[in-house]
Amino acid sequence: MPQSNIMPGFRPAIGFTLFYLALIVLIPLSAMLLKTLQLSLNEYWAILTNERVQASFRLSFGAALIAAAAAAIFGFIIAWSLVRYSFPGKRLFDALIDLPFALPTAVAGIVLAAIYEPRGWIGKLVMDSLGIQIAYKPLGIVFALIFIGLPFVVRTIEPVLQELDTAMEEAAASLGATRRQTFVKVILPNILPATITGFALAFARGIGEYGSVIFIAGNMPYISEIVPLLIITKLEQYDYAGATAIGLTMLILSFVLLLLINGLQWWVRRRSGQL
Amino acid sequence: MSISVNHISKHFGSFSALDNISLDIPEGELVALLGPSGCGKTTLLRIIAGLEQADQGDVFLKGDKVTDKPVKNRQIGFVFQHYALFRHMTVFENVAFGLRVKPRSERPGEAIIHKKVHDLLGLVQLDWLHDRYPDQLSGGQRQRIALARALAVEPSVLLLDEPFGALDAGVRKDLRQWLRNLHHDLNVTSIFVTHDQEEAMEVASQVVVLNHGRIEQQGAPGDIYDHPANAFVSRFIGQTNVFNLEEHDSDWLQAAGLPTAQHYGKIAHVRPHDIVIEKSRADSDAFVTLKDWQHLGALIRIELVKNGSAASVYAEMPNDQFRRLHLNKGDKVDLRIRHAHWFH
Repeated sequence: MPQSNIMPGFRPAIGFTLFYLALIVLIPLSAMLLKTLQLSLNEYWAILTNERVQASFRLSFGAALIAAAAAAIFGFIIAWSLVRYSFPGKRLFDALIDLPFALPTAVAGIVLAAIYEPRGWIGKLVMDSLGIQIAYKPLGIVFALIFIGLPFVVRTIEPVLQELDTAMEEAAASLGATRRQTFVKVILPNILPATITGFALAFARGIGEYGSVIFIAGNMPYISEIVPLLIITKLEQYDYAGATAIGLTMLILSFVLLLLINGLQWWVRRRSGQL
Repeated sequence: MSISVNHISKHFGSFSALDNISLDIPEGELVALLGPSGCGKTTLLRIIAGLEQADQGDVFLKGDKVTDKPVKNRQIGFVFQHYALFRHMTVFENVAFGLRVKPRSERPGEAIIHKKVHDLLGLVQLDWLHDRYPDQLSGGQRQRIALARALAVEPSVLLLDEPFGALDAGVRKDLRQWLRNLHHDLNVTSIFVTHDQEEAMEVASQVVVLNHGRIEQQGAPGDIYDHPANAFVSRFIGQTNVFNLEEHDSDWLQAAGLPTAQHYGKIAHVRPHDIVIEKSRADSDAFVTLKDWQHLGALIRIELVKNGSAASVYAEMPNDQFRRLHLNKGDKVDLRIRHAHWFH
């Protein structure tokens, strides 16, 4: 057979990829699907329309969305500071960004709960001055998810910002643009695709996040109970079919949302000539 | 004076990039800032533009002191070495940028922007590329778009940083000619930075030679070539053979017909075309051997070796003239030096 591809190893590489995909992703997911199929459509529908389940879905996706948006903004500012300015302790600060990746999420959750609870350092301050309780409320969940999502945003924006040609900004200034116009018309469009990627990663992580959230959430049904916790609760009650039904629904919803974000990503890139 | 810089100095740490530079550029000139890399030419250009602040000294544009004005208020057009086109915008939007960011009261209407951008794209002969993105253009096309973009704001001066530096030799030649013609048509005072003396001589009406943060010489290309102010300029502009009287070149130069004297100077620079060679007659005690030659198109570059020495001397003569001499490698030749520049 004539060699048609310059890169060697096409067959082993694609073989490995498919094998890996099957073993780690497809087989477990189809097992979940099979388990769900034990339920009739009516039973499945009943589980999903349960008030408590619906409340937890609203909370999980809502909190993840808000937290990812906040992380995108904060992450942008942090990435900007790290790339554009030099300040003492910059390297240390840079290393700290990755900490949420490495820290056991439960540890993060306990620490966050301790600080933001009404008697904690910051929690008391906010409670006394603004009258807002953070921990054991949905707001606490958002805080935990921002903490978890931030490194995703910073690490996706940082390399793009580093590669951004500063001469483009000088060119904008030489053409009479104000700093604000330069930021809005030149910097932002170039950074937006990376920011959306970071947002998507933070969002995806936020939907599935368990460890750090349950300690700060308070876990009150209908109010601060996240979907992953509901699944665990069902499992503890040996309601495997119910747990997988919720799991599958979550999977489908996440998949659709990520597809939408990818579509948005594609649209932004196309509009900005990066495709 | 369209552009004036007065006693500009700039340091980067302990490195002195510009050392008390003063320069006056009359209206309508096309000036080359020429020098080896690290001589401060780009820094000077950026200070004139306002992209860099001088430690000392002032910049005047059209008589106005602009030293403390930010770049956006200086009304300059700047063309960057690597073009710095906005890669997320089409060619049209790149050129329109300077018009669209004007304050609302001065901003022209969409129809005027449209006409103006297409006019400029026509000027750089690239209107057919108006809906492309910069990544889809060749280097020469990007350079011309960058120029059109800079011209859109009707700058009072045009500053170009190594405008041909990143281009192929062929494209560079075309663009040089084109820039010269464009400047002739627009007559906007322009400065461009280059390290290529040939480029400076070919394009500029005035050349400023810089070295180690100082101006070595300023003048018309012909003046600088014919009357170099010092040994650096002489060596930097064009090819030259260097003879040093303290290294016993004196006898040799006299034998070649060049009078030497203490008060002329210690160092003689001889342009290759000021050396005339002839086939040696059998009875002459010729002292130079033809080692090799290269074709440079219309000219032939001849490498000569002084007998009893390893050092080469280079001469140039027209192609046909050389052919008539019927010389071969290893032939003894007679040599005459017509003219030299003397330096102390």
